[in-house]
Amino acid sequence: MPQLLIELFSEEIPARMQLGAARDFERLFDAKLKASGLSYETIKSYVGPRRLALHIEGLPLEQAAVSEEVKGPREGAPPQALEGFLRKTGLTIDKLVIENGIYIARIEKAARKTTEVLGAILEDVILNFPWPKSMRSGTSTFRWVRPLKRIIFLFNGKVIPFELEGITASNITEGHRFLGSKKPIKVSDFDSYKNGLLENFVILDHYERQNVILSKAREACTKAGLTLMDDQGLLEEVAGLSEWPTPLLGNMDPKFLTLPPEVIKTSMKTHQKYFAVKDNKTGNMAANFVVVSNMAAADGGEEIKRGNAKVLSARLSDGVFFWSEDNRAGNFDAWLEKLKGVTFHAKLGTLYERVQRLKLIAEDIAPLMRADVTASGEAARLAKADLASYMVGEFPELQGVMGGYYSVAAGHRPEISEAVRDHYKPQGPSDTVPAHVVAATVALADKIDTLVGFFAIDEKPTGSKDPYALRRAALGVLRILREHCVRASLSDLVEAWYKSTLTYANADRAVHVDTENWRGSAGPRWAQGTTDTYENYLRDFKQGLLESQIWVVPNTRDYDLDILFEHVTNKQDIKDAVLTFRPFEVVKAEFLEFFADRLKVQLRDEGVRFDLIDAVFALKDDDVIRMIERIRALESIIDTPEGQDVLALYKRVANILNAEAKKGELPSGHARIMSGAPEVETDLIARMSGVGATVRQHIEGEAYLEALKALSTLRGAVDAFLDGVLVNAEDASVRQNRLALLQDIRGLVESVADLSKVTQ
Amino acid sequence: MTAKSAEPLSFQDLILTLHAYWSKQGCAILQPYDVEVGAGTLHPATVLRALGKKPWKAAYVQPSRRPVDGRYGENPNRLQHYYQYQVILKPNPDNLQELYLGSLKAIGLDPDLHDIRFVEDDWENPTVGAWGLGWEVWCDGMEVTQYTYFQGVGGIEVDVVSGELTYGLERLAMYVQNVDNVYDLKFNNAGTTYGDVFKEQERQFSAFNFEASDVDTLKRQFEDMERNVTRILNTENSLGYKLVLPAYDHVLKASHLFNLMDARGAIAVAERQSYIGRIRDLCKACALEWAAQEEARNDAAPIPSL
Repeated sequence: MPQLLIELFSEEIPARMQLGAARDFERLFDAKLKASGLSYETIKSYVGPRRLALHIEGLPLEQAAVSEEVKGPREGAPPQALEGFLRKTGLTIDKLVIENGIYIARIEKAARKTTEVLGAILEDVILNFPWPKSMRSGTSTFRWVRPLKRIIFLFNGKVIPFELEGITASNITEGHRFLGSKKPIKVSDFDSYKNGLLENFVILDHYERQNVILSKAREACTKAGLTLMDDQGLLEEVAGLSEWPTPLLGNMDPKFLTLPPEVIKTSMKTHQKYFAVKDNKTGNMAANFVVVSNMAAADGGEEIKRGNAKVLSARLSDGVFFWSEDNRAGNFDAWLEKLKGVTFHAKLGTLYERVQRLKLIAEDIAPLMRADVTASGEAARLAKADLASYMVGEFPELQGVMGGYYSVAAGHRPEISEAVRDHYKPQGPSDTVPAHVVAATVALADKIDTLVGFFAIDEKPTGSKDPYALRRAALGVLRILREHCVRASLSDLVEAWYKSTLTYANADRAVHVDTENWRGSAGPRWAQGTTDTYENYLRDFKQGLLESQIWVVPNTRDYDLDILFEHVTNKQDIKDAVLTFRPFEVVKAEFLEFFADRLKVQLRDEGVRFDLIDAVFALKDDDVIRMIERIRALESIIDTPEGQDVLALYKRVANILNAEAKKGELPSGHARIMSGAPEVETDLIARMSGVGATVRQHIEGEAYLEALKALSTLRGAVDAFLDGVLVNAEDASVRQNRLALLQDIRGLVESVADLSKVTQ
Repeated sequence: MTAKSAEPLSFQDLILTLHAYWSKQGCAILQPYDVEVGAGTLHPATVLRALGKKPWKAAYVQPSRRPVDGRYGENPNRLQHYYQYQVILKPNPDNLQELYLGSLKAIGLDPDLHDIRFVEDDWENPTVGAWGLGWEVWCDGMEVTQYTYFQGVGGIEVDVVSGELTYGLERLAMYVQNVDNVYDLKFNNAGTTYGDVFKEQERQFSAFNFEASDVDTLKRQFEDMERNVTRILNTENSLGYKLVLPAYDHVLKASHLFNLMDARGAIAVAERQSYIGRIRDLCKACALEWAAQEEARNDAAPIPSL
């Protein structure tokens, strides 16, 4: 069966775009072939620095005749719509059929030669190619990622006549820019294409290049008693930067090994795209690097190694300069001062203000985390300082890591330095949670500040858009709470953020609230040092922060106590507000809902049944650990006979109650033993009082499994009762009492989980 | 290191070789613009000529002034005054990459011994609202040239794409001559080094940039320049249309004054964006005006009057 080969030869395609482009090329072509009724056996795309290629096997020589149905406007639609549809389809009205009130056009396409169809497809794919960034060249308006030079368009051994933007398709390509023969390479099919390239020092397949790089780099390292430090992202990038990848093991000056390994590795990777190398004997970083060149030089690459080593030296010399400057005493204070001039987000203020919030939040939540309050506050205060350091300025990805080093050098206590280093953790599902409680406290404060802050300014994730990575932060919060077994209600965490907004009351600004109970501002008097009364006022003022929208206003007037006592809202102040935060109650509700979704995602990933999650979420509890305990209890019992007993008795009771509820409101109050009641009834009431007390006691102790087991003992008595009496008794008081009894039972079960959500 | 037969080029021979090479490609060989600029692109021969449809080929050396990069002559790689070699070809020819590689060969970089690669780097100069797609060209891991296809200037998309090459001359010379310290470069073949020519200048200007310039004066001059751009553009004159070239000179001067204030640490982080924004707006106004004038000249229509 005929074969199709396409090559789009251009100037160097950015490495980061190559694999995506190969996928798009294949996907788009495949979709167009299918839409044209052309089937094939195999399709595969290839990409390298200068070419994007497609190889399809098993296409027919002729396209089958296609009958296509196109949906048009509804019957009775405005005449313009119908006219437009006729124009589009090229039909007259008598050729249309009407199905379910919609005009349908049946368009018959006669069989065409595959070559004709392919030309149209290729043109369409090229002109609409989804490059992340594309450019024009010279006087042309055609856009491609970089200037497009040549096209191979070969079907069944022959060139398909094709012209685009002054380029005529041919069967000719070229090899490696320097190593190749520098003569045109004529190809007749895919094999001759691939082999012709190989003879001219081009490995066509990206993944083959990756393999060559890895095996040759490892081989060179092993010979020297070294180990290559793998980096998949880097491997992918360098495979996109060379047609004839030639890894070379270079030497660097060992004096640079005094730099932290993270710095060396990041500098190598970011600036130079080198792999770092480990010494097998010491297990530490070696004074070597692996550069993946695109040349097999006559001198075995000696010149190339030497040149690269020189560049690396210059880069690492900068690193040494940054490292020694950053390690000077007193830097932390100077850095914090600098953060005053750096905007975190226009609607949230500066990084310095963020630091202040972090400190207050960390101090607030430290007791929940069983962490030292002073240490947590101090670690939070220092955590972001390294953002102003030289090194993090150069390598943003080293934030935290550098702070940790500098904090040690500055003589801070180990748990504080550890917290500075680890507070960005966990940065993804594969990252760990900070081990020390102080670090975990700062990490939690960091995520709370990000999450609640952006919720407070109404910047929540929508659909696939989550520019501030709030979903990741939420998963981080859940993991910290779970792995450190922290008993905290999520509402308290939101509250900690709202209280921290008092930090905006400083020499330049005042915080203003306006509710039924509170009208007033906290202003500069606070910043100037405080009187006892004012401190009391501020303590109470924090309550106001939870009741109102919060306005941060410029301190143009002397905001102080007087304004509070005047009970005057100055509308002008609110209009002048530089920052505004939505009210606590609103944000809290959204926040809890957001977290419920995140927790569901996390538990689902752990394989927990959806319906069990829903059964516990229905309780509206917001203590994460407690929710999970309940779910785990439910999970472990639900498929056992005891679990089935609870489920059966619950469903039986609930069904009756639901049916009765339709007739009228159910009675309130508890059941009592009525004189003359049958034994099954008095027995159930007696059992309920005993089991009820036990269940409540277990819930109190958060022993949910025990609670469920206790509930299961009611099954026999419930069945006997419902088999033995008619709930809907003629005597109204008897009926009321029986319904009350059933409600007690249902309520008791639902205090553990809402089993109505359980589906099996 | 370099072509084995020949002695490595001195700094001045490097420039002369590039001049000869690009002259042969039809470029007008220009001299440096006589206003301080932070990058060779800002020479009107590039940034303004990139606008409009008229073909244009030029090459020149341009001193770049980066006051904050001064190191008192102590750092082997960093200078507050250095040279860029600029080439602009409008429209970019199809074989620009080959022409460029030819120029490397001409200065003694043998592509068969070295690892020359085109690594994505999309150039952008927010001050003049210019952007383009291209690469940094690496020679054995060192960036030796910025290679750009101009897509926009002054915030507007260009009519015709120019190819722009910016060679870092000192860096390239250090590579060709295989020296580790810029001041050790042979300036010529008669014993003069780069240090002989520039070391004292680096010392004095570093001290001036960081210690001795007067912030109040700089600020006042900046405001004078800024005010004058608008004034010049709006001043009636015997030509009957806007004096965009003199106005652009004043933008360049304002930009350099800003860089000097920056070196003195006189620009608070919060003010920074506002300063850059002010320069960008002025620059954009000039670029737009120049583009309009070019179009009118091209179409032989009257140039838009004041």
